[in-house]
Amino acid sequence: MLSATGISKRYGAVQALDGASLDLRAGEVTALMGDNGAGKSTLVKTVSGVVVPDEGTITLDGRRVRITNPHDAQALGVSTVYQDLALCENLDVVANLFLGTERRRWSLLRHITMERATRELLDQLDVRIRDIRVPVAMLSGGQRQSVAIARALIGEPRLVILDEPTAALGVEQTAQVLALIGRLRERGLAVLVISHNLADVRAVSDRVVVLRLGRNAGDFSTAEASQEDIVAAITGAGA
Amino acid sequence: MTDTLVRKPYTPKATVERLRQGDVGAWPVVGGLVAIAIVFSLLNERFLAPENLTNLALQMAATGTISLGIIMVLLLGEIDLSAGSVSGLCATVMTIVHVKQGWNPLLAIGLALAVGAGIGLVHGLMFTKLRMPSFVVTLAGLMGWLGLLLYLLREGGTINLPFTGFISKLSDTWLPSWLSWVLVAGLVAVSGGVALASRRLRLAAGLSVTPLWWLLVRTGGLLVLLAAAVVIMSADRGVPLLLIIFGALVVLFDLMLRHTVFGRHLYAVGGNAEAARRAGINVTRIRILAFMLASTLTAAGGILAASRLSAVNQQSGGSDILLMAIAAAVIGGTSLFGGRGRAYDALLGVLVIQSITSGMYLLSVDSSVRFMVTAAVLALAVAIDSLARRGAAR
Repeated sequence: MLSATGISKRYGAVQALDGASLDLRAGEVTALMGDNGAGKSTLVKTVSGVVVPDEGTITLDGRRVRITNPHDAQALGVSTVYQDLALCENLDVVANLFLGTERRRWSLLRHITMERATRELLDQLDVRIRDIRVPVAMLSGGQRQSVAIARALIGEPRLVILDEPTAALGVEQTAQVLALIGRLRERGLAVLVISHNLADVRAVSDRVVVLRLGRNAGDFSTAEASQEDIVAAITGAGA
Repeated sequence: MTDTLVRKPYTPKATVERLRQGDVGAWPVVGGLVAIAIVFSLLNERFLAPENLTNLALQMAATGTISLGIIMVLLLGEIDLSAGSVSGLCATVMTIVHVKQGWNPLLAIGLALAVGAGIGLVHGLMFTKLRMPSFVVTLAGLMGWLGLLLYLLREGGTINLPFTGFISKLSDTWLPSWLSWVLVAGLVAVSGGVALASRRLRLAAGLSVTPLWWLLVRTGGLLVLLAAAVVIMSADRGVPLLLIIFGALVVLFDLMLRHTVFGRHLYAVGGNAEAARRAGINVTRIRILAFMLASTLTAAGGILAASRLSAVNQQSGGSDILLMAIAAAVIGGTSLFGGRGRAYDALLGVLVIQSITSGMYLLSVDSSVRFMVTAAVLALAVAIDSLARRGAAR
């Protein structure tokens, strides 16, 4: 569905990306792995419009597209959940989900429309939050992550990018979020997960793409690859 | 979870949970008000007399309106220290064009409000475009606008407003009893009707609703409160127009904060400006508008104060009015850290502060003591705010 080919990006003396490529398909969870400084974040940022690459092309359904800012990416159906979630903790779940895209009549908020849409979406995703009208500050870490992911779906995107979705979570909450990622796949979305956690990646992804020093170092089918293969690609031990 | 159609607002467990999480709501203020009323009425029986309570309502309006403006910037997590000077300056502009240039009073009021909005625009631009801390911008404003006020008043230092003119009449108009009751009936009917209608819409949409008995209790409580106020004030001169103006502003801004896109974005920017920016909200626009609203409300407060004094002088907007307005907002429950607060906080907070002031006057306590007591209440309110914030962040 979306392909990034031959992406290079240089920050001063640092070659962050050197001809890296990425292929994403609808209904598939792709995990992007790599050591610190491998270029994962930079590659993702070129897709989400935060960084403009020096070289390389991005195509959507075979058509070449230009993504120069986050707005372009959103218009093309690319939605990103950042690691810091970017939720307003003082607002409730409904307000956070529709932040910036409030349903309105003239300038008045349509509370009921938004709350109903929120409940329907959370029910579909099987996200359990007892009261969606309490401030997000009162939710658990896993619930907040779920709210952030649900919010990424409001604009009906085709590709959802998740940056370290399980990094700050406990065991049970991690399981909840992984299950949620599985349901995104069932909805036919392309999902790209950046992660350091091999166990999580193996549990949720269909494919693992490994970056090393700004270049592609491996592309595995998760079901077939062994843990050693992936680790070797990450560390460069196999080369 | 379609099985929990009824939201239980006040099950003890949920309430304790909310308190623990730092969501204390209006209860500390309401409790404080009751305590103040009991203490002062025991010390002096005139405290709860109709005459004193009516005076209290009169004294509240100007500071309360300024406090409402302060809340607009506090919600952003910013501060406006210029409110006192701006209120005095705008009132002076109004008085000069009305008295010296002979403008129509409504036009003069309109000009004063426009000057307030313009000052807010200047503050907002300095804050957002020059990236100056709001503290410094408005501290400069505090001195600068005071200087302009003194310059405009330089000959004489005092300008009187005609006692029987429209502007002075604002604070010397009393609603006839029947009109007060019509207002009470209207407010209760509208508030109860809207609550019922919204409950039916939510039920139809399959959303959780508050139980019917709770709506009845709330509407009944509103009726009792408003009726008590009208009974008491009618025993004296009647309900002052000034209180109606202040009350209308509070209701208007409450509706704006809770039900408009702008209000929602104001809370969002105050809660997490970076998140708001990423969500596509024009943060700069929201900030500038908030400063403009603040200074416009401040100007309105200055006009009400000038109306009550029937004059402007070099002390207009001076002395403790700024500190009282900020203290009222915080005591009412608006957070200094941004993103948390309601328009009603201005009403509750100023009620607390004016009650203390009025009670102390009745006891002929020196103003030194009054300052210390008000400071203690303010410190308590800020402590509650800080603890609530820590509880919420955990």
